[in-house]
Amino acid sequence: MAAIATPHTRTSNYLNADYSWRSWLLTLDHKRIGILYIVSITFFFFLGGLFATLVRLELLTPPADLFAGTTYNKLFSMHGIIMVFFFLVPSIPATLGNFLLPLMIGARDLAFPRLNLASWYVLMLGGVFMILAMIGGGVDTGWTFYTPFSTTFSNTNVFYAALAIFIAGFSSIFTGINFIVTVHKMRAPGMTWFRLPLFVWSMYATSLIMVLGTPVLAITLVLVALERILGIGIFDPSIGGDAVLFQHLFWFYSHPAVYIMVLPGMAVVSEVIAAFARRPIFGYKFVAFSSLAIAIIGFLVWGHHMFVSSQSMYASLVFSLLSYLVAIPSAIKVFNWTATLYKGSIRWQTPMLYAMGFLGLFVIGGLTGLFLAALPVDVHVHDTYFVVAHFHYIMVGGTIMAYLGGIHYWWPKISGRMYSEWLGKLSAVVIFLGFNLTFFPQFIAGYMGMPRRYAAYVPEFQVLNVLSTAGASILAVGYLMPLVYLLWSLRYGPLAPPNPWEATGLEWETSSPPPPHNFAKTPVVTRGPYAYTPEDVHTFVPQGELRG
Amino acid sequence: MAEHTLRAGHVAAHFDDAEQQFDAARLGMWTFLATEVLFFGGLFLVYAIYRAAYPEAFAEGSHHLHLVLGAVNTGVLLCSSLSMALAVRAAQTNQRRQLILFLILTILFGAAFLGVKAYEYYEKYHDHLMPLLGLPFVWEGPHADQVRLFYGLYFAMTGFHALHMVIGIGVLLGLLVLSWRGWFSSEYYTPVEMVGLYWHFVDIVWVFLYPLLYLIHGA
Repeated sequence: MAAIATPHTRTSNYLNADYSWRSWLLTLDHKRIGILYIVSITFFFFLGGLFATLVRLELLTPPADLFAGTTYNKLFSMHGIIMVFFFLVPSIPATLGNFLLPLMIGARDLAFPRLNLASWYVLMLGGVFMILAMIGGGVDTGWTFYTPFSTTFSNTNVFYAALAIFIAGFSSIFTGINFIVTVHKMRAPGMTWFRLPLFVWSMYATSLIMVLGTPVLAITLVLVALERILGIGIFDPSIGGDAVLFQHLFWFYSHPAVYIMVLPGMAVVSEVIAAFARRPIFGYKFVAFSSLAIAIIGFLVWGHHMFVSSQSMYASLVFSLLSYLVAIPSAIKVFNWTATLYKGSIRWQTPMLYAMGFLGLFVIGGLTGLFLAALPVDVHVHDTYFVVAHFHYIMVGGTIMAYLGGIHYWWPKISGRMYSEWLGKLSAVVIFLGFNLTFFPQFIAGYMGMPRRYAAYVPEFQVLNVLSTAGASILAVGYLMPLVYLLWSLRYGPLAPPNPWEATGLEWETSSPPPPHNFAKTPVVTRGPYAYTPEDVHTFVPQGELRG
Repeated sequence: MAEHTLRAGHVAAHFDDAEQQFDAARLGMWTFLATEVLFFGGLFLVYAIYRAAYPEAFAEGSHHLHLVLGAVNTGVLLCSSLSMALAVRAAQTNQRRQLILFLILTILFGAAFLGVKAYEYYEKYHDHLMPLLGLPFVWEGPHADQVRLFYGLYFAMTGFHALHMVIGIGVLLGLLVLSWRGWFSSEYYTPVEMVGLYWHFVDIVWVFLYPLLYLIHGA
């Protein structure tokens, strides 16, 4: 049953079911809600990118000549807050996850469609508060809101920003609850746990982190906000409170949050690599369980953000050891992807290039993570650009590569159109090169001692910073390219067949774009998700059969 | 678009049957309550740390909380849990009048709790023990700063609990209207049961708050 060349008749699908504004803003269809998310987080991405650009421009020259002091602090704070809470955290789960999760398990919708719509509105409300905080003068605390600066000393809109993130957090919680219940209760007949696509496993693990971590961040930020407005004093050392306690509570969420960002990226990469190497994924169960392992261990490592915060040495030792442990499930994934590629019949199409880009950046980011987990090395590079480079490799390199790879992979399914393969490949290469040019020099600058969060630096670092800024401008071009040609393809791209990549997942069994209720008939699943044969690249066995 | 008709058959279009729908709702509610546990968990963690750091100050501070009013409120809240449980049972057994009666009773108990709480807050305000909004905090005795921390925590924890009560009462009022219109029966009582779970959760939080805040002078 290789790629069925269906006649390109446009039947009823979720896009043409209704055209009114109302039908979009009040939709309960998970696919349309996914589109709402794509549009809104694209806006946030470029807004956050604008602030990054300003930061990079300032760092072009050693003295603080373009922006200085509080202005500079506000720029990197807004960059971090918007990118983390309004782009990276919702990126893959809210867009691709929303769109694909029910399709992949053969369900007609998520378990709670109203809650799903509400979660989008909640994120938008958070965004509105964020933008109000921004227009009203910004925030200068950094995205981490460290006390006592944020509670006592900062003269900026910390209250509104904290409120914005508190509200946006509910969006995460709602999405997480929805995914967990959907995976448990809405699977099609025959879709057992070990026939779930790895994307679904990762979404499930991500949802667990969202549900268990986000409430703690919520209470932490509420306490910061209350401390500012009411003066409760929990983080106030002058009455016996503890400013470091904030860091414990904050990182209890915010370290696992890194895995909220990168686990979905791994999910996309697992799907793409299997489909484009034409091989069953190597060690399916290991990849599935490694997602859960990352989710669980991720909760036990927050203290590695606090090695220099007066935390006891013994606590630091334990957190250091636990941090190394996260490398094990991460490495399992990388080895399994590599083993899947081995002797595969690789097709170098756009999503695959992005997935390879993810692998490269993730490995660099992951290995430098080991430096930071090592107590003495971390003390040396703490709060330098080394750390900045590391988390950008993981969170930005990893997550955005995978996000764009996923968007390209499922674009035919989402939009019903094909894009220019040539431009797609070019964008993947430009982003990969631009990214490395931007962030690799920062490892060196950081290792040599350039601290983060400063507008001015000593002239020795200028070459590295010029390289970095040059890379950032290439990166910006790379990010704008998909925006242009994907929008172009919406109108001028050739119509997509249901299964352009000859992939096995259930989502490819339905038409592109899918009908409002996903499947004409409920699929019945009879086998695992990755039945490819590398010997004959066009042979594959679809996961489900459509039955009455 | 999935039309979610609740009354005709009560099963939304994306579910196979009523049982799947009920199971999904119940799992969703429990997962939500897990997030609530973690939300309060952050507060309980903060409390535990400072309680361990400043045991005398916390015992001192707790002396000035109104033990009897707290006990009364605990009783009131446990009664409200009972009436809520009876309301769920009434819905399951098709007793519409009883359902309405027990919902009203639950709302009244909840309101009584908030009334007592408001009086306690007023008392604290009157005694200058409300260290909020720059109000003066007057404490004759040792450990004044740490006692202030205790009161900060007291207002944060009971305040969030009270906020949950207010939301709960709002939802209960909605249920009351729907019950009046005859929405619920032994065939379909999911919302009543879900609100019941939420209400019991809020009660349980208080069952922990009362001893932690009011009964710790023994230290």
